[in-house]
Amino acid sequence: MYKIAVLGDRDSVLGFKALGLDVVFADDPDEARHTLHRLAKEDYAVIYITEQLAQRISADVDRYKDAVTPAVILIPGKSGSLGLGQAALQSAVERAVGADIS
Amino acid sequence: MATATINPTRMELTRLKGRLKTATRGHKLLKDKRDELMKQFLEIVRKNRELRKKVEQGLEEANAAFTVASAIMGPEMLEQALLYPKQSVELDMKFKNVMSVNVPVYEFHTRNEDPTEVYPYGFAQTSGELDAAVDALNRVFQDMLELAEVEKTMQLLAEDIEKTRRRVNALEYVMIPEMQEKIKYITMKLDENERGNITRLMKVKDMVLQEAHNFKPA
Repeated sequence: MYKIAVLGDRDSVLGFKALGLDVVFADDPDEARHTLHRLAKEDYAVIYITEQLAQRISADVDRYKDAVTPAVILIPGKSGSLGLGQAALQSAVERAVGADIS
Repeated sequence: MATATINPTRMELTRLKGRLKTATRGHKLLKDKRDELMKQFLEIVRKNRELRKKVEQGLEEANAAFTVASAIMGPEMLEQALLYPKQSVELDMKFKNVMSVNVPVYEFHTRNEDPTEVYPYGFAQTSGELDAAVDALNRVFQDMLELAEVEKTMQLLAEDIEKTRRRVNALEYVMIPEMQEKIKYITMKLDENERGNITRLMKVKDMVLQEAHNFKPA
């Protein structure tokens, strides 16, 4: 049985607690990095992470791109979307096609 | 072109011809695989784009609602209200095979079957805005899960397409031309040897005949 985690700053992810997801708070990049790797090692199949946080640890987030588990998914934090999710989508298309099509 | 390393023999030629045949067939198959993967991939990308838009919009609304709730109730009360969740979610993961790429399919179960049972707090000390916020989040969650599935599928497919594309190109532009070149080299070399042999025989025959004409018994 797998679990779902939400990683981000307190205000952005607190609400997910009500839904029964495992919420982990992280504010500075170092802490977030450690937490992300720890969660990935445990049986979390999906990890939602706020764009604000993911932006600062993008190398670590990218590491899980080719792994089957976990799926690290960017969500907008409380200050709105940074467009990172869309950008990731675009880069995946570029990678597959070998050129930018849109 | 490393012609120095190949032996111009018939055996080598037969071997190379076999390899070329295999490579050509492999190239065709891989090309078909790439095309089909690409078709699936573009479909997934379209779906992903829509879902992401929906989720981002939904989350923005939920976040706005939370901000309002936090302003009315105060952040400490808000946190206290949400501290101990009533609901818990478990995820079941299965795999689907898309063109020999294993992609995950998520299926989630809530411990509490009643979908209205998401409010982990009493209504006495909380405001209605919090209910609205939790509700908004709950609604967007289904889409979030689907987004996770679609996005992971997309990433895995992208990786595989890249790999397949490289293979197709390596076969098409390196392996196959190289082998054709080698086959050509060996054929030419063998033909040249054959011609050399014939000329030599003719020459020897001439020499023998000449000697026979000039034969004088002693």
